[in-house]
Amino acid sequence: MDRETGLNLALLGVMLAIPLWAMAADEPFLVTLTTRAVIFAIAGIGLNVALGFGGLVSFGHAAFFGVGGYAMGILASHAQGYMPLIEWPILVEGTKSMPVIWLTAICASALTAFAIGALSLRTAGVYFIMITLAFAQMLYYFAISWPAYGGEDGLSIYLRNAFPGLNTMDPIQFFAICYALLLAVLFLVARAARAPFGLMLNAARQNEDRVQAVGQTPYRLYLVAFTISGAITGLAGALFADLNRFVSPSMFSWQTSGEIMVFVILGGVGRVFGPVAGAALFVLLEHVLGGVSDYWHIYLGAILLAVVLYARGGIFGILTGRDTANG
Amino acid sequence: MSLLKLSDVSAFYGHSQALFDVHLSLGEGEVLALMGRNGMGKSTTVKVICRLLKHRGGVVMFDGRDMAREPAHRAARAGIGLVPEGRRCFATLTVHENLVAAARPGEWDFKAVSRLFPRLEERRNQVAASLSGGEQQMLAIGRALMTNPRLLVLDEATEGLAPVVRQEIWAAISRLKAETGMAILVIDKSIKELAAIADNAVILEKGTTVWQGAFADMTPQIVETHLGI
Repeated sequence: MDRETGLNLALLGVMLAIPLWAMAADEPFLVTLTTRAVIFAIAGIGLNVALGFGGLVSFGHAAFFGVGGYAMGILASHAQGYMPLIEWPILVEGTKSMPVIWLTAICASALTAFAIGALSLRTAGVYFIMITLAFAQMLYYFAISWPAYGGEDGLSIYLRNAFPGLNTMDPIQFFAICYALLLAVLFLVARAARAPFGLMLNAARQNEDRVQAVGQTPYRLYLVAFTISGAITGLAGALFADLNRFVSPSMFSWQTSGEIMVFVILGGVGRVFGPVAGAALFVLLEHVLGGVSDYWHIYLGAILLAVVLYARGGIFGILTGRDTANG
Repeated sequence: MSLLKLSDVSAFYGHSQALFDVHLSLGEGEVLALMGRNGMGKSTTVKVICRLLKHRGGVVMFDGRDMAREPAHRAARAGIGLVPEGRRCFATLTVHENLVAAARPGEWDFKAVSRLFPRLEERRNQVAASLSGGEQQMLAIGRALMTNPRLLVLDEATEGLAPVVRQEIWAAISRLKAETGMAILVIDKSIKELAAIADNAVILEKGTTVWQGAFADMTPQIVETHLGI
């Protein structure tokens, strides 16, 4: 086992041990805090598929986080109000079932990512950054002006959604669900990164001409990666909404996009486990520095600056002495 | 029938014309040497063949198909495998990853490439950036072979390599010709080595074909006039 694999396992171990200890010590707040880190990690892993493996600097991933969140909010609000979602031509009811909500969130955010990606990926560089930001902001203002689902005030869900056989209102059981999903996402993304698709995506980031010369189309690779990336981030959005039992337009905001990008950069761009470390550090800093000052983002900014300037491989780069996972 | 045929081909970089009138023809199983001094349009011709650059005039036919509207990835899928100038492997991928990422169905797989270049098997899990120049060249050839091409295009495959490594590359190219019957278009400056494997040759001067014929018919006078050697 190499050093990086050891660090990956240690990170997962710590993220599992903290809530178990917190439950024993009767500190449910710590369980919720770790659950928050796990959900942010899933969002970061989503962005990392596009940014880390494909080199697509998307500044609009809040769009997919928000779509996932609103998919949960809309389905659950209809279910709790006993109002059908659609009455004609077929009757579609709301639902409080987590698996159904996850599937809806994944499909809705994947479709959104496909549509945004199909247009945005015709541009590159700064134009790509700006167009993804513009799409996310469009959805942000749409959510604000959508009174049926709370408009600017957002939408509250009274009870967390249900998962067969578990009490999701119990913090440790909800953590277990999120942690299991994190493991599943990590497994799938690690497999995809080592599959020919992931390798070609990585290759396209390095040189598009060479990828074409072996018979692949960079645009298609990027579009598939962007769609998968959006789907994973959408799943995180649905979980985040369930954690807080609340969705609001702020899930679509550019600050959310920025935070997801911070998870990836802090942990290590292009490393499967990078966003997990980044999200954990972000939540830790938010908790520790947030207690010191209301302006804790200034300190976070300084740390981010130091990482970008002196540790391009992020936390994993510092700990392993290698800027890239292969390097 | 020719596998590859270029007739009256012209091409531009922006407003600057690089190819004026290129003709060449290459049959199945044939090795064609594309020759010329530096800056005469050899690499540009390769880019046109591989569709990395669109030609503006003339006709490019591959396997009876007009390539005018074909993008680069379709040219590769049609069977044109490129070993680009300067090697250019995917630096952060391992040797094995560089090869399997490019794989297309056919007789060339990782095992077959390893038989041709046993050193790649030894370096299987090493990232491409950490390989020597010669090993990177072997990897670049291996990557092109993994696409199972009908035509292999080698652009300055031995440039900048140590003499021992160059011999190894030439030996591999000779084996490809002898054992697979693959059509090969090779650009190189080593006339002695080209003479050993090339059936025919084309000489370019200022983006124009100035001589073509059997390699054996290339007289010292032709070499001196067009290649300055």
